[in-house]
Amino acid sequence: MTSKQRQRFIAVIAIVLAVGAAVTFTTLAFRQNLLYYFTPSMVAGGEAPVGKPFRLGGLVVNGSIERSTQTIEVRFRITDLDREIPVIYRGILPDLFAEGKGVVTKGMLGNDGIFQASEVLAKHDENYMPPEVADSLRNKKGHPNGATSTGAP
Amino acid sequence: MIPEWGNFALILACCLAIAQMVLPLAGAALGRNAWMAVARPAAAGQLAFLGIAFACLTYSFVMDDFSVSYVADNSSVALPWAYKVAGVWGGHEGSLLLWLLILAVWTEAVSVFGTALPRVYWARVIGVLGVISSGLLLFLLLTSNPFMREFPARLEGTDLNPLLQDPAMVLHPPMLYMGYVGFSVAFAMAVAGLLAGRLDAAWARWSRPWTVAAWSFLTVGIALGSWWAYYELGWGGWWFWDPVENASFMPWLAGTALIHSLAVTEKRGAFKAWTALLAIFTFSLSLLGTFLVRSGVLTSVHAFATDPERGVFLLILLALITGGALLLFAWRAPKLRNEVSFSWLSKETFLLINNVLLIVACAAVLLGTLYPLAFDALGLGKLSVGPPYFNSVFVPITLPLAFLIGLGPLVAWKRADAAALSRRLRGAFLMAVALSAGVTALILGVRHLVLAMAVFIAAWIMLSAGVGIISRVRTHEGISGIPRGFWGMHLAHVGIAVFMLGVGVVSTFHIEQDVRLAPGEEVTVGGLVFRLERLYPVAGPNFDATEALVTVFQSGEQVAELKPQKRIYRVGRQAMTQTSIAGGLSRDLLVALGEPLGDTAWSLRVYIKPMVRWIWAGAVLMALGGVLALSDRRYRALRGRAPPAKKLRAGVSG
Repeated sequence: MTSKQRQRFIAVIAIVLAVGAAVTFTTLAFRQNLLYYFTPSMVAGGEAPVGKPFRLGGLVVNGSIERSTQTIEVRFRITDLDREIPVIYRGILPDLFAEGKGVVTKGMLGNDGIFQASEVLAKHDENYMPPEVADSLRNKKGHPNGATSTGAP
Repeated sequence: MIPEWGNFALILACCLAIAQMVLPLAGAALGRNAWMAVARPAAAGQLAFLGIAFACLTYSFVMDDFSVSYVADNSSVALPWAYKVAGVWGGHEGSLLLWLLILAVWTEAVSVFGTALPRVYWARVIGVLGVISSGLLLFLLLTSNPFMREFPARLEGTDLNPLLQDPAMVLHPPMLYMGYVGFSVAFAMAVAGLLAGRLDAAWARWSRPWTVAAWSFLTVGIALGSWWAYYELGWGGWWFWDPVENASFMPWLAGTALIHSLAVTEKRGAFKAWTALLAIFTFSLSLLGTFLVRSGVLTSVHAFATDPERGVFLLILLALITGGALLLFAWRAPKLRNEVSFSWLSKETFLLINNVLLIVACAAVLLGTLYPLAFDALGLGKLSVGPPYFNSVFVPITLPLAFLIGLGPLVAWKRADAAALSRRLRGAFLMAVALSAGVTALILGVRHLVLAMAVFIAAWIMLSAGVGIISRVRTHEGISGIPRGFWGMHLAHVGIAVFMLGVGVVSTFHIEQDVRLAPGEEVTVGGLVFRLERLYPVAGPNFDATEALVTVFQSGEQVAELKPQKRIYRVGRQAMTQTSIAGGLSRDLLVALGEPLGDTAWSLRVYIKPMVRWIWAGAVLMALGGVLALSDRRYRALRGRAPPAKKLRAGVSG
């Protein structure tokens, strides 16, 4: 090999190694951080993992919001008009969080079947419905939000 | 009548855009001077008519003409006038009109300042800009006309989304679009060069100032968006890896790579094909950003359109423009020759590594942004990619990149001397290590590894910039002889240092706490006492609010008085949290009002963010560096004749 060829050879090896490392690293980080979305029916049916973060979405059940009198803890239930899942959240709820409205929460399911939310996703507009929630409600009848589009103006 | 005039102006602008596309491109291909000459009046006319359309829409907003659906959807009588004007780009249709107006401004700038370019090349550049413009004007007219009327007209509009009623709304979208759209010039120049089959140093020299200008605007636009999210959304963070943020960040990463790659192509005639490809990618990512944000596939404050027809139209447009450019590239690129060679230790190598790292970062962001969309589109389910993914991918890429910033500018072109380089930089390196160790030793703990890295990198970049500047002053020109491009490069790099220092400090020491307080009660957070004094109602122009008075004490002395609000906007009855911030260069104190709990108590969110403003200050320095580089003599010389080739020794932007 001439010195030029050797240089090229080293360069190719270095690039392959660097790209390989980058791809491996990225793929690992990627797989560990995928957050799946589940509906209350899926969670009730045991499809969701316990002790691993995921996103849970649906409508906040009317009359289900209970605020603690001493702390900032709040409890509510999320439904897809089929099943309900209880949720605990410690923190400040977004401005547009309300009973009967759509919501997406991020957190983990405890062994007790209660969803420990670490984040309640803010909506940006009160007519706006998170598309995941809208999709899961679309086929359910009897709810006004079930049939409408996800339209944010 | 005014909205009809606006509509008519849009149609005329569209006709002119088609003329601007067809005639100069055909003229350049067939060698007809008269056809190519159409480029200039067509570009000017398009700018004029888009300006008229934009003025008409603004007029309809200011005059509360609610017979125009778009106005009724995005304004109300009581909206303050500044937000009525900014409301023009508060929704999908108007922001697209702004996009087109800005494209027309860039096109006109090329048409006026590009007179020194070879005529055929110049005509092709304007023709390619015409392709983009006609596509988007057709999109605007066919799917998203802002001048649509409705009868009967509403008496009151539904108001601008309260989140958008903020001073940043006036600046953030125009700045961002100036950046996004500005990359169209680099794109058009690359495509014109490929059409001619000639990508040479002159092409890179023409492209550089336009790319740097667009990049500077985009940097400011992204920083403004980050600052806005920080104080307005009340989440206290400065970056969320939200898909919409990513949509603006990807063109920035590719654009940063492009700036550096252009430097190599201009100075050394290397990386030609790669630079052209980057120019295509950068603008395609800008278009992709527009598509992602506007099509409604992403859900966020930015997603206006949920009409699937619009998304499909935009996707086809994106495929045509990007696909066409890539086909042309595949056809022409094999003919390009890089005549030069360079050794392992050379500025070329460092800029190549810079490009590889930036593109890997960009690809990682693209993967995290598009994967959930693809997953959903294939019916596999819904998922999202969490911020930890981006953080864990980004940090290992950014650290070596930032370290190389300290080396690259001091390495000579073509072949550098390793021993001399290490002699010059040894002192800076050791001082940076000592500084970093000193700072972490003062605040012991393994948790501060991030901080140690940030301090080291920041010190390293600044010290090596100092070494570079001093040696340049000594060896040849003296301070006055150093071109502004050199200063601009170092200023932008120092901006990165400032940015990284801010990120390191705020991510290590920030405190966020949700608390429950009744009037008269206080809470201690991070050594500071926050006391909720009282709550009282206030009335704004179009909202009613509950305001809290929170005083902050440090060692018994009052250091700040904060007045966060919980607003209810009258038209939409929408609630909005207005955070209150007291801060400066050393730290920010934020308080946001949550909700009433029981009789008198409220939930409050309290944040302490040390040195968070350095993040945006760093971005501003980067943009200023770009502006400084733009003011370099050599670009002014471009207007007249080709500049003399001189002093190319050191400095990427030199």
